[in-house]
Amino acid sequence: MMGRLIAQNRAFAGALALFAALFVTYNLLHPRGFSSAVFVQNANEAVAIAFVAMAQTVPVLMRGLDLSVGAVMTLSACVASYLLTGSGLEISMGILAVLATGTAFGLMNGLIVVHGRLQPIIATLATGAIAIGLALILRPQPGGNVDGDLSWAMTNTVWDLADTYGIAGGGEAWWIRPFADIPMPLVLLFGVALLVWLPFKRTVTGRTVYAIGSAEGAAYVSGLPINRAKLAAFTLAGFFSACAGLYLALQTSTGNADTVQAGAYTLNSIAAVVLGGTALAGGIGGAIASIIGALILRVISFYFRILDIEPLLQPLIEGLVLLLAVSAGAWRTFAVKNRLELFR
Amino acid sequence: MKTEDKPLVIAAGFTLVILLIGTGYMLSTSGTMPLLQPTYLLQQLQIGSFLGICAAGLMLVILTGHIDLSIPATLTGAAMIATAVGGPWAIPAALAFGLAVGLVNGAGTAVLRVPSMIFTLGMDTVLRGVTVAQTGGFAPQDQATPLMLTLAKGRFLGIPLALYAWAGVSILIAFLLARTTFGRALYAIGTRERAAYLSGIRIRPVIIGAFVASSLCAALAGVLLAGYSAKAYQGMGNAYLLPAIAAVVLGGTNVLGGSGRYAGTLIGVILIVLLNSVLSIMQMPEALRQIIYGVVIIAMLLIYGRGQRETG
Amino acid sequence: MTDAPIIALRGITKSYAGIRALEGVDFAAHRGSVHGILGENGAGKSTLIKIISGVVQPDAGEMRLDGQPVRFASPSAATAEGVVCMFQELSLIPDLSVADNISIAAPPRRMGLIDRKAQLRRAEELLARVRCEDLDPRMMVRDLSLSRRQMVEIAKALGRDPRVLILDEATSALTAEDVQTVYDLLGRLKAEGVTVLFISHRMNEVEALCDRLSVFRNGRHIETFAKGERTDAEIVRLMIGREVTAKYPPKPAPTARPPVLKVEGMEWEDALKGVSLTLGKGEILGVGGLDGQGQKELLLALFGVLKGVRGRVDLGGRRLPSSPIAAKSGEPRVALIPEDRKTEGLMLPLSIADNLVTAAFDRIGRSGVIDPARLEAAVKDGIARLQIKLGHPSDPVRTLSGGNQQKVVIAKWLMTDPDIILMNDPTRGIDVGTKQEIFRMMRDLADGGKSILFYSSDYAELIGCADRVLVLYDGRVVRELEGDAISEEAIVGASLNIGTAA
Repeated sequence: MMGRLIAQNRAFAGALALFAALFVTYNLLHPRGFSSAVFVQNANEAVAIAFVAMAQTVPVLMRGLDLSVGAVMTLSACVASYLLTGSGLEISMGILAVLATGTAFGLMNGLIVVHGRLQPIIATLATGAIAIGLALILRPQPGGNVDGDLSWAMTNTVWDLADTYGIAGGGEAWWIRPFADIPMPLVLLFGVALLVWLPFKRTVTGRTVYAIGSAEGAAYVSGLPINRAKLAAFTLAGFFSACAGLYLALQTSTGNADTVQAGAYTLNSIAAVVLGGTALAGGIGGAIASIIGALILRVISFYFRILDIEPLLQPLIEGLVLLLAVSAGAWRTFAVKNRLELFR
Repeated sequence: MKTEDKPLVIAAGFTLVILLIGTGYMLSTSGTMPLLQPTYLLQQLQIGSFLGICAAGLMLVILTGHIDLSIPATLTGAAMIATAVGGPWAIPAALAFGLAVGLVNGAGTAVLRVPSMIFTLGMDTVLRGVTVAQTGGFAPQDQATPLMLTLAKGRFLGIPLALYAWAGVSILIAFLLARTTFGRALYAIGTRERAAYLSGIRIRPVIIGAFVASSLCAALAGVLLAGYSAKAYQGMGNAYLLPAIAAVVLGGTNVLGGSGRYAGTLIGVILIVLLNSVLSIMQMPEALRQIIYGVVIIAMLLIYGRGQRETG
Repeated sequence: MTDAPIIALRGITKSYAGIRALEGVDFAAHRGSVHGILGENGAGKSTLIKIISGVVQPDAGEMRLDGQPVRFASPSAATAEGVVCMFQELSLIPDLSVADNISIAAPPRRMGLIDRKAQLRRAEELLARVRCEDLDPRMMVRDLSLSRRQMVEIAKALGRDPRVLILDEATSALTAEDVQTVYDLLGRLKAEGVTVLFISHRMNEVEALCDRLSVFRNGRHIETFAKGERTDAEIVRLMIGREVTAKYPPKPAPTARPPVLKVEGMEWEDALKGVSLTLGKGEILGVGGLDGQGQKELLLALFGVLKGVRGRVDLGGRRLPSSPIAAKSGEPRVALIPEDRKTEGLMLPLSIADNLVTAAFDRIGRSGVIDPARLEAAVKDGIARLQIKLGHPSDPVRTLSGGNQQKVVIAKWLMTDPDIILMNDPTRGIDVGTKQEIFRMMRDLADGGKSILFYSSDYAELIGCADRVLVLYDGRVVRELEGDAISEEAIVGASLNIGTAA
């Protein structure tokens, strides 16, 4: 049972093992050892890229790419920087509006790809520019007003959340004690994965996303809803990007239409997807795997701090790790016995 | 009208529309027509030549069905090497750097068969890392050599030398595509790599050749841009990747490879350059520029009506 | 069988890119019968079932299901009405599990989500119906052998409660045991009132299973009759039409030929288990056998595509080529007409001229620079040599008919002036007229001193064309036939390895 699961998800198992090794070593090397504060900080830094990686996963699974995920994240963060303030009701509506923004943008991507019959890569390159433009209109300068309580509660532990809002006896209730030290960012991340991604995967639409990437012709003759799945994939990508934007706004308390950052998030999302073991050729992998991929990317950057590596070397090492990781898969190329299999 | 001419005609028509809008705007606001003055146009094209050279090389890669995301760092790196080396070896050193980047990209894509999207992305990150580590994140103090300054800013017969460089690259690429077996092989591989392999086409050298062309062009653009700005600086190549992809695609090249003509890429570059200059004449804020940019790409591709290539 | 037909077609016509695939077809099948559909490749059988199962839509005509006019816009629409097709190209998703695939479009659900446990139970039940209880439904389809995949495909079709079940070459890769299981299953389905449309090239299967037979030829429905009404010879005549005589050019008398290719004990993975053969100069050596007995791998190995091939190969003093590039250059030169012309032989969107020269760049220029005059001459030569019917050489090759496309593939390789030509089923899906031209050309080439290794899935072609025939079974040559010994009985017998001893 276990054996088959590992054999069928070798790439995912490998990514998980790599992450575990990197993270444990990191904490062993850390001058203060494992501490809740550092853990919370680490989690905070990893959440946005993890959400964007989830977003990228869905189009990649059906052999597409979404080059607008970073831009949609940025746009959502800029929207959030206006709306996450006021009364509880206003903030709740604001959160919904932020998520709706990204989701609608993703839906637009899907409509262009499905009904305009454009290549996803080039269509989302263009819509990404539009998203950045809208973000710049909203926030020509970085700024914003985000509810302080919310920001604090969401970027710290479960206990802090309970304490801030005075729920569960201000965090002292017996049933919340076991969870008190879990960072809220991880709760949010895995909450969304659990409540959105896993159910989606278990719908016919979600299955169709995989089938399109695996064998589109077979998916068609099997009577699967191809267009609906493509629409859903881009819409879901928009939703996850909005989650990233929302979190970014909570974390930084500002909205910032940073073009460079948007581009970096998009490109890193692809890297995270590949590191997690999702095939760019589609059909294999999943959003959970991409979260692991994103965490690997982030853990590597944590090492720079504790190993006293000059920050200037950071991008170089990140790039080398990425190149090595993707080239390591090349042994399969050399093991192929029928060279025709190498070519489409 | 043949179907593959359609994008060219539409793009050329749209370029004229942009010119007309810009001219109309200037006439109504200041009563002048700078856009139609040769000196202004030449100056715009001079700035556009850096983009044009990048797009020319990138087109070869896109024709094979791959992509080169390492153009920004290659351009920046070449510029920094040229200014750091200085003297007569400045330009050869920069081009040698481009050659090396292209070889690595090509090897990763054609030999290791890592998806080019991810391999060239990693390459870009590594090169960026090298330049950051090298310069300490600050603008390097080195200056462009006199030859680079001349190449980028000088004029011959009233026409900027950079335009000659662009024209030279264009003639070379157009010749490669139309009149060499290398060009035929690019189209064949981009259309159906499996059939190309079974036809006994040398897949690896051709793909590596395309990446080398792309990196060499990016390096040349870096040398010229460093000459134009008199120095090299961090991130100077960032503004060239997406417009280059857009220019190639707007020129009618299939982003999945296999079809496209160089004349289209040329028109695509001119369209983007003129669009940029009209937007700056109209003092359009960056935000609206981005939006217009995206809308133009989507709208034009929808007009071309090119469907997805059949899969499976 | 007096009741109204379950499925009835009237005047169905369908063209692809100007080529008629079906013309004015009337066809009917009755409830609770197994209805065989016979015809050569390209006779219109595939188009017929694609129309019935909603994959393509007819240009004209009417289809009735149980008396009601229907028009299926997609395969799912057909499935919803109980018309289920098992396609020749498998419709399974390799990266999903067997259970996922069996319930692919309509899985059991709980609260809107796929119920994995119920799905697993359902898969187990259906697999049991096709006697594949040993198959773990949690396996990925990509990890299954071709024969297992076909059984999963059958289980998947059963799970859709078919009223009309279409089996298109569904048994081509099955083991004898599985074939028996399928026979039994079809018997039970028939008793339950299900109509089965059965398409197979294996005459004995059709004879054993079907109650009624319909013969198609050149896109037309020729005749429908009950089993036993016609002899085999009559059926073959109906399938082939009148041109049965002058179809193949005359063969030369057997002579001793100097060998240009000698293979001894060639092994590769599971597919080749010690193939030995000799190919003589000017000889057409046929390769036969059931699909998937190593024929394709043999050709690919000789063309330098496969890695890790063992055994002795003497190719005019050379060893096995290491790549297609090595194969097509040097002495003797080898060419391969590949299996699938659409994805392996041609670049469909590129022009006819571009396609013609892709294998012979050295002929059209010097050191990589194309000489337009030589290019034009080469293209003209290639078109003239095979009498390719086209509008203009700059038209995309995809605008040509299947037969002319295949001619382009062959002309492309003749441009390299090959000494040995490997042909992988070169007449698949081609009209009869072009087939004859190709056979004529093959013989001319052989007479001109070229050697041809010719794999065909159609025994008649081997009988009509080849000087000698090798029959492969399970990666080995089990029979070698020459001269008058090349007969349908001998090839079929050897193909099934049932030893109709000579």
